[in-house]
Amino acid sequence: MSAPEHIIREQYTVDGDDFQAAGGASSAMKKLLRSLGVPPDAIRRAAICMYEGEINMVIHANGGEAEVTFDGGVITMTLRDTGPGIPDPELALREGWSTATDAIRDLGFGAGMGMPNMKRNADEMTINSVINQGTVIVMTIRV
Amino acid sequence: MTIGDIQTLLGAEVLSGEDLLGQPVLSACGSDMMSDVLAFVKEQSVLLTGLVNPQVIRTAEMMDMRCVVFVRGKKPDGAMLTLAKAHDIAVLQTPLRLYTACGRLYAAGLKGEDG
Ligand SMILES: Nc1ncnc2c1ncn2[C@@H]1O[C@H](COP(=O)(O)OP(=O)(O)OP(=O)(O)O)[C@@H](O)[C@H]1O
Ligand SMILES: [Mg+2]
Repeated sequence: MSAPEHIIREQYTVDGDDFQAAGGASSAMKKLLRSLGVPPDAIRRAAICMYEGEINMVIHANGGEAEVTFDGGVITMTLRDTGPGIPDPELALREGWSTATDAIRDLGFGAGMGMPNMKRNADEMTINSVINQGTVIVMTIRV
Repeated sequence: MTIGDIQTLLGAEVLSGEDLLGQPVLSACGSDMMSDVLAFVKEQSVLLTGLVNPQVIRTAEMMDMRCVVFVRGKKPDGAMLTLAKAHDIAVLQTPLRLYTACGRLYAAGLKGEDG
């Protein structure tokens, strides 16, 4: 596709105190990718990854930062938070595994489906987490 | 089936997106868990739910859905309707319960993901 020297980079802040506003970063990214002419299927997969990650940062980690880059061929999403960390990322990737409270389930989340869904939709996903320091999740989508 | 047909079948009120009633829809899903909608929905363009918060509209937006139906007379607030408008998502409200609303649409030919 377009020349690799032209890398698009956007940064979004995810407010951990505002569940109502969650999804704003994912929405902005979706708009950005559409404006860059990325095919709908890749946009959909990226949006699901970003939105699941964004919601996780809000409900599990008190917010964080999201960065999106697009080099013409690959979308890279990096989600960084300074939350409690994920003790066992392998376990977190298992369907149905969740530490969510009933209050979170009342909001329509907390089924333990988000991380496996991110893994399924991304072409690659890495989780780096340190207890009491935070979590960095990188996901890539090939366009 | 169109969004307008859904309105008629469910005796629903259109809260947002009067201009979208002519749009065709091919399949639907019903759930109060957005986790499940995000994980299992593929091409469905209608979401029926008893959950009311802005993340319902966000979920529909992420999944490229065209219509959200709130069941049991649940009323979304103005911010949710503004969000829906911005993304061309029609918002309907029906007094019916989730099971009944889904059943009526299914009986009228609106399929789910698994048939
Ligand atoms: N950014 C994060 N910081 C700390 N813990 C996290 C983070 N993201 C996920 N987790 C942990 O991993 C678990 C699994 O995450 P996952 O997204 O699969 O499920 P969930 O968020 O609990 O529910 P769902 O995604 O279905 O709404 C969470 O319950 C939580 O314990
Ligand atoms: Mg989650």
